[in-house]
Amino acid sequence: MTIIETKKLTKKFDGVKAVNNLSLQIEEGKITGIIGPNGSGKTTLINLLTGVIPIESGTVIIEGTEKLVKIKPSQISFYGITRTFQDIRLFEQMTVLDNILVVLTERHVLKALFERHKNYHLKHAGEVLRKVDLWDKRNQFAAELSYGQRKLLEIGRALAMKAKIYFFDEPFAGLFPEMVKIISTIMNELKRENKSIILIEHNIGLIRQLSDYVFVMDEGEILAEGISTKVLEKKEVIGAYLGD
Amino acid sequence: MEYLIHLAILFAIYAILGISLNLVVGYTGLLSITQAAFYGIGAYTTALLLTQVGVNFFLSIILGIIIAAIISFFIGLVLNKFSGDYYALGSFGFNVIVFSILLNWRGLTRGALGIAGIPKPEIFGIHFSSNFTFLIIALLSLGIVYIVARFIVHSSFGRVLKAIREDEKAIQVFGYNTLYYKLAIFVISAGMAAISGSLFASYITYVDPSTFTLIESVFILAVIILGGLANLEGSILGALFLVLLPEILRFVGLPFDTAAQMRQIIYGVIIILLMLYRPKGLLGEYKL
Repeated sequence: MTIIETKKLTKKFDGVKAVNNLSLQIEEGKITGIIGPNGSGKTTLINLLTGVIPIESGTVIIEGTEKLVKIKPSQISFYGITRTFQDIRLFEQMTVLDNILVVLTERHVLKALFERHKNYHLKHAGEVLRKVDLWDKRNQFAAELSYGQRKLLEIGRALAMKAKIYFFDEPFAGLFPEMVKIISTIMNELKRENKSIILIEHNIGLIRQLSDYVFVMDEGEILAEGISTKVLEKKEVIGAYLGD
Repeated sequence: MEYLIHLAILFAIYAILGISLNLVVGYTGLLSITQAAFYGIGAYTTALLLTQVGVNFFLSIILGIIIAAIISFFIGLVLNKFSGDYYALGSFGFNVIVFSILLNWRGLTRGALGIAGIPKPEIFGIHFSSNFTFLIIALLSLGIVYIVARFIVHSSFGRVLKAIREDEKAIQVFGYNTLYYKLAIFVISAGMAAISGSLFASYITYVDPSTFTLIESVFILAVIILGGLANLEGSILGALFLVLLPEILRFVGLPFDTAAQMRQIIYGVIIILLMLYRPKGLLGEYKL
């Protein structure tokens, strides 16, 4: 089943088409890799799909029913979508635990005003923090964590959402092998739970290892797509992305 | 003794103002420089209701809160269009507008002449005419404001405010409509500031626009920057320090005029030193 579909999605920055008339389909329960050179439009695509930047033209269809031409960021969690950011965006001057609790508690203003986090919130936050190996750091400020720990916390925050669709924007960049292993394990677990993952990554080895399907982007368009092992061997992909 | 009670009342009034502003600046990260406007709205509501309509002081506090809340709702809606430095400038503008209205709507506010003869509080035949009894009301008000603020910052709502302060776009992605949160805390904060205004009007028994200028908003900001951003006890400590400072200067033997000018200089120096060496303030948990 197609979980996300885009039709003629376009976004320009100062006249330059970052995403150009892009139509694609992402399947449910798969890890879908998106690769491409820097500036090819990968992150812009995710930002459009999660409402972080406004769509200029085109349509996004979620689960075959919700047709959206405009997406507000606050709306996406209601469609079961969550994400991480290429440049880590944590709540820096809040504790590690609060970074997780804040996405678990009440959204409604009045209800949030009269809500204290409950034991089940703490239990869920504890599970997530143990999974990303940050339970011992729970009372530290996010700003005090190392780069890798910050990446893990961002992934933990996304995990806490119990979403259906996860966008991970370069989650492995700059990480030590043991942290790469933690994140790879998490992704495989999510896949086993039939969650859909959209993974932007430059590490071709990891894309080959994790992805079921791959889109190769260049200049805001899809250059190639298909099963990862086959796509990564295509001449035009090697030419555009890996160099001749 | 009367002198100490007078200082304690002023401290309570500024501590309430500090707590109210800290909710917006310290917890939510919105650099608002318009708190004196809501302080003034509370003061004038009480002044007018007590002198013109004969309403009970305690009812006038509630009406002051409601009026400040309504006005702040619309101001908050407009300010939501801004962020960062532009937010500060926008809020600055609203303080100037409210001051101008207080100064120029002479039919209502008597302009620069101000409103005199504001009665002291009274309820069920009990008169709070002495400074000591007024101090009890002021400290009770501070206690209530502190408890309400503490309740807010320790709720899930309070945690979202901090997340907005840290990265508004990021918290939106997790399903929060941040406009509602920012509006709610702005309105609550304005209501609290109005309580200070009501207390001030009834205590001094006179109000005029010169108390509610931009300088006063900067002074309230100095209270929380000194005491500590995102820390309620810091607001109280900052108010204590800044209310006592001019009195200390007076005791070191400076002439009255010089002491008043020295006070302004010392406020400025304190803010600069804090920004350089302790941007979180004395007890703060967040730096601008």
